Amino acid sequence: MKLRRSMLFVPGSNTAMVCNAYVYKPDTVMFDLEDSVALAEKDSARLMVYHALKHFVYKDIETAVRVNPLDSPYGHLDLEAVVTAGVDIVRLPKTDSVEDVLAMQEAIEKIEKKTGRTKKTLLLAAIESAQGVVNAVDIARCTPRLMGIALGAEDYVRDLRTQRTRAGHELSAARSQILIAARAAKIQAFDSVFSDVRDKEGFIEEVKKIKNLGFDGKSLVNPNQIYLLHHIYAPSQEEIEWALEVVEAAEYAKRNGLGVVSIDGRMVDAPVVARAEFTLKLAKISGFMGEDDE
Amino acid sequence: MSRYVPKDKNVNIEDRSSKICDSIEAAIKKSGLKDGMTISFHHAFRGGDKVLNKVMQIIADLGIKDLTLASSSLASVHDELITHIENGVVTQIYTSGLRSKLGEAISYGLMDKPVQIHSHGGRVHLLQSGELKIDVAFIGVPCIDRFGNATGSKGRSKCGSLGYAMSDAHYAKYVVTLSETLEPYPNGPASITQDQVDSIVLVDEVGDPSKIGEGATRMTTNPKELLLARRTARVIENSGLFKNGYSLQTGTGGSSLATTIFLSEIMEKKDIKASFGLGGITGTMVYMLKRGLIEKLLDVQSFDEFAAKSLGENPNHIEISANEYANPSSKGTSISQLDVCILSALEVDLNFNVNVITGSKGLLRGASGGHCDTAAEAKLSIIVAPLTRGRIPTIRNRVNTIVTPGETVDVLVTDQGIAVHPRNAELKTRLKKAGLTVVDIKDLHKRAIALCGQPKAIKYTDKVVAQIRYRDGSIIDEVRQLAK
Amino acid sequence: MKVVNSAHAGTLESSDAYIQINPINEDIVEIELESSVEELYGEMIEELIRETLKQMEVSHVHVKIQDKGALDLVLKARLQAAVLRACQLSRNPDWSLL
Repeated sequence: MKLRRSMLFVPGSNTAMVCNAYVYKPDTVMFDLEDSVALAEKDSARLMVYHALKHFVYKDIETAVRVNPLDSPYGHLDLEAVVTAGVDIVRLPKTDSVEDVLAMQEAIEKIEKKTGRTKKTLLLAAIESAQGVVNAVDIARCTPRLMGIALGAEDYVRDLRTQRTRAGHELSAARSQILIAARAAKIQAFDSVFSDVRDKEGFIEEVKKIKNLGFDGKSLVNPNQIYLLHHIYAPSQEEIEWALEVVEAAEYAKRNGLGVVSIDGRMVDAPVVARAEFTLKLAKISGFMGEDDE
Repeated sequence: MSRYVPKDKNVNIEDRSSKICDSIEAAIKKSGLKDGMTISFHHAFRGGDKVLNKVMQIIADLGIKDLTLASSSLASVHDELITHIENGVVTQIYTSGLRSKLGEAISYGLMDKPVQIHSHGGRVHLLQSGELKIDVAFIGVPCIDRFGNATGSKGRSKCGSLGYAMSDAHYAKYVVTLSETLEPYPNGPASITQDQVDSIVLVDEVGDPSKIGEGATRMTTNPKELLLARRTARVIENSGLFKNGYSLQTGTGGSSLATTIFLSEIMEKKDIKASFGLGGITGTMVYMLKRGLIEKLLDVQSFDEFAAKSLGENPNHIEISANEYANPSSKGTSISQLDVCILSALEVDLNFNVNVITGSKGLLRGASGGHCDTAAEAKLSIIVAPLTRGRIPTIRNRVNTIVTPGETVDVLVTDQGIAVHPRNAELKTRLKKAGLTVVDIKDLHKRAIALCGQPKAIKYTDKVVAQIRYRDGSIIDEVRQLAK
Repeated sequence: MKVVNSAHAGTLESSDAYIQINPINEDIVEIELESSVEELYGEMIEELIRETLKQMEVSHVHVKIQDKGALDLVLKARLQAAVLRACQLSRNPDWSLL
């Protein structure tokens, strides 16, 4: 499964950010056409994101776009632009039900057919309300195009009629349910943004917490957060050593035609081996085994 | 041998203060300054300098003409020189840097004789070789005693190190000092000493304290600068030189300061102490000194008030002259003892030549400074620059102007990749092993051009407006006049 | 496409471009360019404007660009936004022309 630790939010109307986001190598660049773009700029931002998606600098990095809701004057135009341009993932804002996802899927399929686009556009559903959380399991299972679900904390907390706090207890139910739903459907789960870019300690604390909960990654609002998050998501020395052991044992079993992989007499089954391989991949990307970008 | 002739003993107390002149005008007259002579200034006050303009105005009013002005560098506050050049007061300039309107005017052909752009070390070499002969040096200092002992780290306009002024005081025929504060005799420890000084003028201001500091004392939050800083710190960490006792010079600017902070973190973690920090000293270096991460600081220029203060208070913070710093013909330079230096660039070309003096449009707007000196002598010279600045590519086929030759550059760090000079295969291997993205500089260039487009060549006329003097005095490049 | 109104797009922020479109009677494209990188890319930028307008089949316009070092992708986006606004076609652009 694709590594998606960091999803950098880039307001589609901000030229400097649109032109520079790729430099910071987030796992995914998320261009936003929705809440961070003023109504009067929706059309201009859409064009900027369209051209950015086609630009060579974004060829080798995964791209996503948060489009406007389909029932707004902008949603369909956004979809037409970004699917035509070749975006990898479309992020649906405010996903409350399965119907929302299927409507988006239908709209995308039409455009793919019209333009002859063969690579399937993936979907990422943002859950930003109590209703969405309640429907999370059904949403997560409703289509193979859905690669993950994400928590949109700001709107969700408003829907709960409370405020956000640094400790974040108001989010714990939503986080758990979204994560469980994602895992039951075997897709990825993403946490919400941490908006106070000056609070480095608070950010680190939150990332550690959601990593432990099991989240695959997090949305980010500032490139300075990417390196911090990747550092926390990097496997520890113990984890790497364990993973090397497991992978070695698996290779040994394979070479000798053994049906079962074992370490110290204890059986190690396939999911564990897969996890170990993933850990080593992550270790490489994080710079612990000769591959890095910082 | 002549026979001794008895004289009366001099008990005239007033003579003890006889060096003090009533005014700058009086001091100039006393110096015997005439048409065609060479005068000097130093740039320790940077953008807060109040000396050069004042003295030049008085010289102009006295009707003196055809002077060679040798200022260790020039800042945007010195744009007034344009008038003096137009009026024939100044007809030749030696400096390390040209900026702002003055730089622009010279780029468009203001002067008949080409400006001589030299490095900090190169300036002392020119003084030593005799090409540059200072008739009258004007040295502004924050405080002085009645006999000429001057210090830089006390007083309202404290500037810290008087490293450049020290060389002028040594080589000039006649030294006029200007000061805000008169200390009781003897003032010390003195950077400019009584045996070098001819006259003293007390003035209201030698500097503007709010403008002396370079400004960048807080850690930057600019993501690109931070990315460059982290990457540079990792290059240093994996260079093979990063061990106990290593030495370091960093520049100013957001990225450099951030690099120093990232290095401190790694040094604390790995329990590595630097033997000395050199330069160009900032508050960040002082911080490292105080934390025991650096043993000593060698200071030729104090960039902010923290550095200036530290120089005055901390015995491990040592002032050095430009001669001790970087003069290639001195008996010993600190840069030759240096391991790592971090340098900036306006442009770098495929041969790793660096331009720090002319911008993308060919205008004079930078300084040679210590760049080519440090690159030549440091074991590892690192150039740090973004691949593009807006739509302007940093990497070019050929730089507009060569200040530092590529043979002295080891590695270029950009936000989109690192290029190691082909001469340095070992470094390339080390960095790749550490997991850093090392690419061919040609590929970086291609990428920069693919992003920005191929820029149109700048149009020049045939007239040479500046000659870039390499540190040994040879002419490494020339700057031509911009066509209108 | 027919430009019926005046319109503008973009900002004067660094790395952006502020583009104004005005319809004129003559069957030409008039370009007024003010750029922070004029000497280096002035010709290239004009060329890009003409090409983009040609592709959109737009003529009879006066285009004023105040460029702050924008990359081609930004210039194109801002120009096309201004044109679509001037044609009042924000609702249904033909993506094959963009």
